[in-house]
Amino acid sequence: MKNEWPLWEVFIRGQHGLAHRHVGSLHAPDAEMAVKNARDVYTRRNEGVSIWVVKAIDITASAPGDKEPLFDPSNAKIYRHPTFYDIPEEVGHM
Amino acid sequence: MTTAIKTDTALFDLALRMGDNALILAQRVGAWCGHAPALEEDIALANVALDLIGQAKMWLSLAGEIEGKGRSADDLAFLRDARQYRNALLVEQPNGDFAHTLMRQFLFDAWHHPMLVALKSSADKRVADIAGKAEKEARYHLERSEDLIIRLGDGTEESRQRMQTALGALYPFAGELSAADAVDADLAARKIAPDLGDIGKGCAAYLKGVFADATLNAPESAAVRKGGKQGLHSEHLGYILADMQFLQRAYPGATW
Repeated sequence: MKNEWPLWEVFIRGQHGLAHRHVGSLHAPDAEMAVKNARDVYTRRNEGVSIWVVKAIDITASAPGDKEPLFDPSNAKIYRHPTFYDIPEEVGHM
Repeated sequence: MTTAIKTDTALFDLALRMGDNALILAQRVGAWCGHAPALEEDIALANVALDLIGQAKMWLSLAGEIEGKGRSADDLAFLRDARQYRNALLVEQPNGDFAHTLMRQFLFDAWHHPMLVALKSSADKRVADIAGKAEKEARYHLERSEDLIIRLGDGTEESRQRMQTALGALYPFAGELSAADAVDADLAARKIAPDLGDIGKGCAAYLKGVFADATLNAPESAAVRKGGKQGLHSEHLGYILADMQFLQRAYPGATW
């Protein structure tokens, strides 16, 4: 349908201090309405303290077909995890 | 020695009027559930209806408490006939097309929000408490309605035409909300409720500004249609109640 509203991706911050998380998408004619619609569709059960919306078309995503060259190479490189360092007791929880 | 406590009938009426406005509008708006033009609007309307049902419950519980005859919010909602309902005629008007539904909501919200703001300073603490809770919801309802009225009024040729038709049809019902009778005067004198004339003036100025932005024209000299606040309703309320009250009438005391 040509006249359909554009699709928006919705991000909600659940509590102060946490990052916004993608929760889903919706249709709206513009950003202002997208925020209102997001409030009505995604925060009915007290899920959020902040809403971000972004036009789905503005998101550039990696191609699923590129999964192997993009992600497989990091698979076997355990030395990139900082698990080989001894952390002194007095540093505490990192 | 026992003294019979006289029911504060004006306060009882205020609680009924506030509660019945919310309840009947919720029943009307709720009928859109599953039928609105877009999923997002559908959920938004259902949210508004649920907010209003919550408010109706608080007001009608208070009404039952003031009356002192042991009637609960449910008793008042489901076991009163049309003549005992005190909602304004505006809220019982049919849903019509989406423009009528939005215009009815906007005309109500434009009065409801300032009314609740004023009731937050009521001399009766119970009234002030309910208004404090309801006002936040009404503020969002008004923000949303105003936005939609401007978008659709100042929208396409068709949307403007539909909004203008809805405004012409519903505007005569808006005045009743701010038309004070003896009950309102009594409550205002006791600082339980605001002077409705002041609310009406603020509301009229606000509406004028929004209609200008929406490129809509309110009828110049429309007669105010009223009576609902005193229990004299249009033919629509009976049908609403028949629908809403069927279960309790057919199966008294049914619960689930």
